[in-house]
Amino acid sequence: MLCQECGKRPATLHFTKIVGGEKNEFHICESCAREKGEGIPGTANGFSIHSLLSGLLDFEPSGGGANGGFAVKQPARCDKCGLTHAQFSKMGRFGCSKCYSQFSDKVDPILKRVHGSTTHVGKIPKRAGTTIQLKREIETLRRELQDRIEREEFENAAQLRDRIRELERNVAEG
Amino acid sequence: MSNRSFAQHALSDWMQGTGPEADIVISSRTRIARNLRGHPFPMLATSEQSSEVMERLLTVPEGGRLNGIGEFETIRLSELSELERRVLVEKHLISPNLANESRSGAVILSRNESISIMVNEEDHLRIQVLSPGFQITEAWELASRIDDIFEEVADYAFDERRGYLTSCPTNVGTGIRASVMMHLPGLVLTQQINRILSAITQVGLAVRGIYGEGSEALGNLFQISNQITLGQSEHEIIDNLHGVAKQIIDHERAARSRMLQESRIRLEDRVFRSYGILSHASIMESKESAQRLSDVRLGIDLGLIQHVTPKAMNELMVLTQPGFLQQNSGEKLTAEQRDIRRAELIRQHLQSESNHGGV
Repeated sequence: MLCQECGKRPATLHFTKIVGGEKNEFHICESCAREKGEGIPGTANGFSIHSLLSGLLDFEPSGGGANGGFAVKQPARCDKCGLTHAQFSKMGRFGCSKCYSQFSDKVDPILKRVHGSTTHVGKIPKRAGTTIQLKREIETLRRELQDRIEREEFENAAQLRDRIRELERNVAEG
Repeated sequence: MSNRSFAQHALSDWMQGTGPEADIVISSRTRIARNLRGHPFPMLATSEQSSEVMERLLTVPEGGRLNGIGEFETIRLSELSELERRVLVEKHLISPNLANESRSGAVILSRNESISIMVNEEDHLRIQVLSPGFQITEAWELASRIDDIFEEVADYAFDERRGYLTSCPTNVGTGIRASVMMHLPGLVLTQQINRILSAITQVGLAVRGIYGEGSEALGNLFQISNQITLGQSEHEIIDNLHGVAKQIIDHERAARSRMLQESRIRLEDRVFRSYGILSHASIMESKESAQRLSDVRLGIDLGLIQHVTPKAMNELMVLTQPGFLQQNSGEKLTAEQRDIRRAELIRQHLQSESNHGGV
């Protein structure tokens, strides 16, 4: 197989990236990988995850281009750190924690591609934790409630409902 | 020659060749990425902002909060020579990124070098725990305890829906990257490795070679790590990696015992031929040395070679890296001088192992 970049040398680097069932194959030769300044996976100057990410971003439909024409680049800029969307596309990295909400509509499709999910279910910092923990518990209980109702276990369901109300009061009181 | 303790010894405690399943899993690692709320990430921070973040985070070890975990040394990168930084990288104690690009970078290093906490790398805080052998769960639990201690001082950037916010969206959520370093000569020699590695990438894990360039893994060493950090809890991530690594260990064991049964002579030839070359050669390139050291290590693990310890192999693996060779000789070496020095080092090590009967 020939390198998909130069079409001359044989491709010696083959890698496949599969994210959420979507498959992308890369076949390039070492010298093209180096020339592109991206090196090779597994090395310090590697064909880095950031360049892969910015590759993903290029496919991103940007905002108003719904009629299929050339989309107008939104002059999006994080008002906290000043990072522009173009800079983010190039580097594949955010400038500050506020970027996540500033570029909110761009973030979720990326997270979906990279992780197959957009919602954190892991550890929570203690200081931010109590309210979030309660909300999560309420979520779980609601699902359980639904389940009980479907199975017509109304007595259990009533208990769950009361428990949920109690937790919701706690959240409201902070 | 540096007088810093990390430069004196090639081997951190976690590289001593001990721990569960040590014949296949060399080490286990967990890294947690965290950032401080309201501070720009290191990439965009001004020097002033970076140094503010560093001083803030360094109050944790300097205020004695880590004393319950162990003894730590705090090193500001600006205090180190270029060579010293390189040695830290080759020992896997800091990342190349921290060594070369950080402003106001620092590392908080535990005395046994199994914990390395990086400040102002790609994220404000990166807590890394390394354990010998197959101990990925233990490594995560320790990293998480240290995370809790930093949280007492640091207000972390955390979003209810997206979890811990990181500079790169590939780390967001749990911010955790767990990996195991495995020696898989059996799977490579029996040509099963590609099939197994491609299967691994389908379950949200990534594989890469350690040391060396290209997709080729030098010395049959592979690092397997989680790719996904969002939408799975830390326990799911660790369990998934643990389960997959366990299966690879079983396959590697099966491949090794099949080779012993079916082609013992050829295997012995390979092992002893490499041992012979390493014991006598005068010039040794890094690529060849990695392959031959892998052969000898396999020979040790299979009991074909009994007077050399796995520890000596781990030691040579680190000592034969370019930065360490230069550090030890105390001067800048050309590529050829390095190859000569490398051959000499390996000869000496193997010689002293046979003198001591491997003890």
